[in-house]
Amino acid sequence: MPLSRISGILLRQYYLIRHNPTRLSQLFVWSLLEITLWGFISVYLADVAEAQFAVAFLGGIILWEFLVRAMYGVTITFFEDVWSRNFLNIFASPLSLFEYVLGMITSSIATTTISFAAVILFASVVFDFSILSYGAAAFPFLITLFLLGIALGILGVAIVLRFGPSAEWFIWPLPAIIAPFAGVFYPITVLPEWMQVVATALPSTYVFEGLRTVLAGGGVSFSYFIPGILLAFFYCTLAYLVLYRTYRRAVRTGLLARYSAETVS
Amino acid sequence: MSVLAVTDLKKRYGETEAVRGVSFTVAKGEIIGLLGPNGAGKTTTISMILGILEPSAGSITIDGHNVQTERTAALNATNFAAVYAQLPGNLTVEQNMNVFGRIYSVRNLRDRIEHVLKEMDLVRFRNTKAGVLSSGEQTRVALAKAFLNEPKLLLLDEPTASLDPSSAQLVREKIRTYAKNGGAVLWTSHNMHEVTEVCHRVLFVSHGAVLLEGDPRTLPGEYAKKDLEELFITVAREPLSLSE
Repeated sequence: MPLSRISGILLRQYYLIRHNPTRLSQLFVWSLLEITLWGFISVYLADVAEAQFAVAFLGGIILWEFLVRAMYGVTITFFEDVWSRNFLNIFASPLSLFEYVLGMITSSIATTTISFAAVILFASVVFDFSILSYGAAAFPFLITLFLLGIALGILGVAIVLRFGPSAEWFIWPLPAIIAPFAGVFYPITVLPEWMQVVATALPSTYVFEGLRTVLAGGGVSFSYFIPGILLAFFYCTLAYLVLYRTYRRAVRTGLLARYSAETVS
Repeated sequence: MSVLAVTDLKKRYGETEAVRGVSFTVAKGEIIGLLGPNGAGKTTTISMILGILEPSAGSITIDGHNVQTERTAALNATNFAAVYAQLPGNLTVEQNMNVFGRIYSVRNLRDRIEHVLKEMDLVRFRNTKAGVLSSGEQTRVALAKAFLNEPKLLLLDEPTASLDPSSAQLVREKIRTYAKNGGAVLWTSHNMHEVTEVCHRVLFVSHGAVLLEGDPRTLPGEYAKKDLEELFITVAREPLSLSE
């Protein structure tokens, strides 16, 4: 009954978040602070530049935050096991690695949905921003961003599994590392040539270029959506393969057994 | 048929052989003590049985399922409690049971949780976070989780180490009853009196290999030792004197 095993991971996250204001607030607080800061910048930009630019700017921030939340949804589920030293109970159970990853993704879907709903509501009330300004195009592009967030999250889990809990430091800035290449706020044509090459390999580039086209009245373009989502699936698969190899190595070398019994520095 | 069959199990880390061709079985209704000094290879062997460490050679089957190739089926028939594997302290006792009940696909989970909480005298702690319980109470929570899926094989790594004598007696009784009902138990402990009282058979592990095997009540006499503790000390300090 794999669904039962996967639901165990989701239920654990639900219990942890339900009555804990700290965990509950981390779903909203940082996102709302980001939106507040950048929302006022976009209000200012609407005065000094084209209104459409300001909408694209704030929309970019909101959608990037969505990606970041998707990634954190995965990594925080994993870190709950690291922080509570629950590795042995999890990895010596019938739960397979794939089921564990599905559990983390399911948790991420739940937390990202809650977080995104709060951000959209806040942006709409405070800054009069409507996600509907992107039209129906927003939904398929959101799926692409979610998948990229999941891929980054799984990669982060692999890094910590390989290098130990102290490598937590490396994974939180992962979205910031790719942000300059992702075309969130500007078309990638403004980038130097080598950065454009990197940008074309990122699914997010197609999302933001596609959404800017929608705002400019160009309609939804499959030439942006299809390569974006295919790349996102590719990175999810690649990230899982990296995690799988890391896990197999940890099982072979005894790292997982040591990780389970004690804290690895 | 054996519930657990370990055959020629080896684990090598570079030039170091942590486990050197260990073989043993645990049958239904049997409680086997896995004994040996620190660093003898007990925890390495248990880690391989639990699938968190890959053997360099050999095989492990649980209830007829190979741990390497049929991991989920093998571990569904198993559960464990270890002093170094407390359940998450930020969940209540009942929440922990609900989470692990799902992970082990336990049927009639609500009834089963009530049963194990009663068995381990944890009903009054059901809504208490596991992390604020005493170490003895936490051990009982870990044991409740270990009984949750009615495993065919139970692995216990020093299950009574942090328990007071009364609670330890209760736990020993539960485990004996579990074995009488057909469960198989692999038990590690440094309490030789307890091992003599509970285990049907013991395996002494030294330097990664099984050095001695037999009934804990008669084995010391076979080596001219007065009890299991004296035999243990000899295994730890002068293992060669026993194998000659």
